[in-house]
Amino acid sequence: MIAVSLHIAFGCVALALLFDGWRLLRGPALGDRIVALDTMVINAIALIVLIGMMGGNSTYFEAALLLAMVGFVSTIAYCKFILRGDIVE
Amino acid sequence: MSNLADAVIAGLAILGAAFVLIGSWGLVRLPSTMERLHAPTKATTLGLGALLVASVVFFQAKLGVWTAHELLISLFLFITAPISANMIAKVHLHRLRTGAVSEPDSIAGPPPRPGGDDDWATFQAPEGGTPAATANT
Repeated sequence: MIAVSLHIAFGCVALALLFDGWRLLRGPALGDRIVALDTMVINAIALIVLIGMMGGNSTYFEAALLLAMVGFVSTIAYCKFILRGDIVE
Repeated sequence: MSNLADAVIAGLAILGAAFVLIGSWGLVRLPSTMERLHAPTKATTLGLGALLVASVVFFQAKLGVWTAHELLISLFLFITAPISANMIAKVHLHRLRTGAVSEPDSIAGPPPRPGGDDDWATFQAPEGGTPAATANT
């Protein structure tokens, strides 16, 4: 039961990543692209968590935590750059 | 017990993946940027929270170990998601104001203006004496 549900979850998250990619390519505003990138990071974390459950291996969670931090910092840096033309003033 | 744990893990995994998918579908489907901001920041974060709870239950039921990493990840995401959503909304408002983008028709119409002569706080100069006002002096 777990294996089937994990496969369904993999499919859903992969489809969600495709939707994000469509919005990232399509735009039209710059804000849409930032939202799409931020969502892609969160979906990648979801994929890593699912891979960790599939393999029964808890080593992947460090990667998920690091990706969460890097994704947040990069989103904030991108927004700061557009707002102020500079990241660290 | 094992069957119950299996059902809980499977249910939480399906629920989380469904929320993640709904969030991204909202990102594709909603008509304007400010509305598109709603779907990923709420539905996707909630879905990932459900997946992480499923992972906690999985490692406890299958391997007999408690892992705290998932709680750390979900705490971090629940703290940072509103901050990044706020920053993205500010970027969009400023770009609307400079005329870099034009707002398409949205379901709810344009956001209401603040009362009186005030503008939104993100457009105003910082008040005197606050850290934001004295940062560059």
